[in-house]
Amino acid sequence: MTGSQAPTSTVVRCRINGRDVEMLVPVRLTVAELLRDRLGLTGTKVSCEMQVCGVCTVLVDGNPVSSCATLACDLDGTEVLTVEGLARGRNLHPVQEAFMAANALQCGFCTPGFIMMAVALLDARPDADQAEVREWMDGNLCRCTGYAPIETAVTVAASRMNDSSLEDDQ
Amino acid sequence: MTAAPRRDAWEKVTGRARYAVDAVLPNMAHAAVVRSERAHAYLTAIDRAEAEAAPGVITVVTAEDLGDLGRRFGHIVPDHAILAVDKVRYYGEPVAVVVAETPHQAADAAEMVWVDYDDLPALTDAATALASDVLIHEQSYLEPGQKFLDVAPTASTDNVAHRNELAWGDAEAALAAAATVVETTTTFPLVYGYAMETYNALADWQPGSLHVVSTAQHPLMVRRELARMFSLPLAAVRVEVPYIGGGYGSKSYTKLEPLAAAASWAAGRPVKVTTDVEAAMYTTRADGALVTVRTGFDADARICARDIDIRFDTGAYADNSPLVLTKSINRSFGPYRIPNLRVRGVAAYTNTSPASSYRGFGAPQAALAGELNMDMAADRLGIDPVEVRRRNLLAPGDTIIDGKRPLDADLVADLDAIVSALDQHAADRDAAVQASGDQHAAVDSGTLRGRAVALTASDAGASPISTAQVRMHADGSVTLLVSSTEMGQGSRTALAQIAARELCVPIEAVAVGQSDTRFTPFEWTTGASRTTTVVGLAVQAACADLWDNLRAKAADSAGVTIDDVVVHGGRLHFTADVSNTVSGSGAGGDGVGEHGTGLGAGAADALGAGERGTGAADAAPVVTDSGSGLTPAEVIRQWFGADAGEVVGVGVVRRDGATAVLPPFWEIGAVGVEVSVDEATGEVTVEHLVTVGDVGHAVNPDLVKGQDLGAATQGLGIALWEEMVYDGEQLTNPNLVEYRVPRLRDTPRRITSVLAERGDGAGPYGAKGAGEGALNPVPAAVAAAVGRAVGVWPTELPLTPPRVWSLLQQAQQ
Repeated sequence: MTGSQAPTSTVVRCRINGRDVEMLVPVRLTVAELLRDRLGLTGTKVSCEMQVCGVCTVLVDGNPVSSCATLACDLDGTEVLTVEGLARGRNLHPVQEAFMAANALQCGFCTPGFIMMAVALLDARPDADQAEVREWMDGNLCRCTGYAPIETAVTVAASRMNDSSLEDDQ
Repeated sequence: MTAAPRRDAWEKVTGRARYAVDAVLPNMAHAAVVRSERAHAYLTAIDRAEAEAAPGVITVVTAEDLGDLGRRFGHIVPDHAILAVDKVRYYGEPVAVVVAETPHQAADAAEMVWVDYDDLPALTDAATALASDVLIHEQSYLEPGQKFLDVAPTASTDNVAHRNELAWGDAEAALAAAATVVETTTTFPLVYGYAMETYNALADWQPGSLHVVSTAQHPLMVRRELARMFSLPLAAVRVEVPYIGGGYGSKSYTKLEPLAAAASWAAGRPVKVTTDVEAAMYTTRADGALVTVRTGFDADARICARDIDIRFDTGAYADNSPLVLTKSINRSFGPYRIPNLRVRGVAAYTNTSPASSYRGFGAPQAALAGELNMDMAADRLGIDPVEVRRRNLLAPGDTIIDGKRPLDADLVADLDAIVSALDQHAADRDAAVQASGDQHAAVDSGTLRGRAVALTASDAGASPISTAQVRMHADGSVTLLVSSTEMGQGSRTALAQIAARELCVPIEAVAVGQSDTRFTPFEWTTGASRTTTVVGLAVQAACADLWDNLRAKAADSAGVTIDDVVVHGGRLHFTADVSNTVSGSGAGGDGVGEHGTGLGAGAADALGAGERGTGAADAAPVVTDSGSGLTPAEVIRQWFGADAGEVVGVGVVRRDGATAVLPPFWEIGAVGVEVSVDEATGEVTVEHLVTVGDVGHAVNPDLVKGQDLGAATQGLGIALWEEMVYDGEQLTNPNLVEYRVPRLRDTPRRITSVLAERGDGAGPYGAKGAGEGALNPVPAAVAAAVGRAVGVWPTELPLTPPRVWSLLQQAQQ
């Protein structure tokens, strides 16, 4: 196969946490590797590498994606949001605040993935009920908390975001 | 004590928390490990020429390249080669390591290392290994008399990693004379702790020094082994442990650190070694166990004897399993009055992933048989399973094991709390059925229900060796230095709370550094649920020492003696100033303790009813008062003559005082479960989980409840889903798709978390440890509850739908 020289690198242009990125990346590079090793965005973690643990979840054009199983070259033309891009300056996103308030973390390794999945859920389904919260969050693993505080955090964040959107309407 | 928010929460929700896997060093290279594709074989050749020529490769390292380095590690039995020497003993064992410029280059080249094997019979289970003439280890690695704690390893080569026993009375005779004898045999699966941050280590060897950043729970233990292997003084080895992404015991002792260090030594570069989940499962698992319990009862259902056999599947290397076996023996018979006891344990080497510590440390393995046996006995004796326990439980102050700390818990009260919660759930369900008016709902057709309780007592806390340092700055704020690792349990928060309370400063004024053996003081381990209790005592002692040093400085500045300065209300007073409020003035060389007594009444008011200090806690200046006297900041600035300087306090815990008698505390596991079983599918649903956190005093109740629910959930995983499956030489499910851990939708439908705070621990304010207790009895409780629901007692975990379905078929026969 050494004769056929397929390109081993490609240019990717995308926007990550509001910052324009243009990089030459190996075609085999994953989004998680791009974020962690090339851009220093180590908030995104990697664990199972099989799309079952959800630790590496980031949003690509608003959709939750396993960054360990997505190629960086496929980010061309997209907008990426990671846990580092959620807060507005010193003001945390309501989901981040809810995770703090509900004690919904221990070792914290799964936390960025859970938070990104919760943000995706509440963007897609602002009125998510408990069953929907449980369905969406079932794709993320946590080994420390026993999940109950995480479910509480997401539910609280949902109601708080709905309350504040009501205030915005008035 | 008080609810205090986690100190690490902001870092962790913003992605800023730094873990070992995030660490980088200048000029860092990356390693990929070539792992054995045989379970048991001689290595005949390793061809690395192609790998060495691959792009980006710096070096390929095998055992023969390691020169004078100590090639083996293992804190109890030094049987564990950095890289396989001459033979491999399990599928997945490191054979070579490729160091390259990038992780991709290293991984690619690792595929080009060709290993030739001369196969040996693979002994992949304990029964086979113990019966075989084929030796997994053909030599003993022990020096004569070598031991670790009270564990003297077996210096044999008969596939036995360790053997131990505990006995009193005459169990055999008592069983022969018993009115009823009940026998239970259970199989506890091979399980994997699955800390989501898999093992990793970054090492930087330089002449005369070694710097490691890793996921080690016990950095000081790793330092000791690395110093020995690299012939370096302890001070020259720096082990830095940032936040750990989950530990649960699985990151105890030495794992990848020697491999990373050897690779750095060979490559002349800092080298990072990581693992994927498959490699992590090859690195460490928990001991599988076959346990048989025979219990004899008299006519009043009182235990007259227990005879217990424990056989561990310990895997290819001993790691911590000899200690786990010893603890399993101590934890196997339960917190009951047992006049005659015999427990025999053996840990067998097998050609599987090496086993070591995992949350509970031998207790869940043994309690599965021991507590299920109590339920089976209740059935045979025709009495309630709660009643049979109540009749046999030890009382506070009773001896569990001669020479060890008497029981420091009220288990009957814990049992009452569980039963009351279980009853409440049943009553609520009945009420809901009544309210709905649906008579048919009362009998869920196709659903069977069962409930059970289980209790354990573990000799926890490990060795009481701990050092804490508090540095008070010129503004009165404090830096607390300890080597406890933060793996999610919240130790930095709880220890900061203790320091803040002892020093009468707000918690925001206490900073806690990460563990780093170059800067933070000695700590035995972070395990055995010890930190709040043992390190908490060290923090209290450090704060008392700091107050003494502040008194000395205040006296020096004022030209008086230290005896003229007392601590009161978080301030330092000259005795004349406070003689009207403090009787006796607490003067004297050991004056802190005395004025602690002198201020007893006031201290009790400030602490609130029911709280007390023990040991060093009595020395704590806890009275809140203001007005006269000097603040610590004023004392520091006065003494240094500038807005500068700092005063340091050091606290040490050893086998003395509150921790003179081992264990430092008995960690209680007290749980109840109600399950439902789908008759058609065998699927088990946990309807209700009750945990009682018998922690003496909860320094931070939210953190304790978090530990209890997390631990219990891991117990549910073992009970219902988790199992490493070997088919021949190879692990068939080395991934999170096929190794199923609890998910969000598996959580119990109702959770009751009770904290029992009776101030009966040796730790700060009467605290005892939490963290393992709520796991230990859960597999047993679930097994018993499923047995009651189905009508056949399970003998094997996990209780997957196929296993429960076959129990249902047995029940119909």
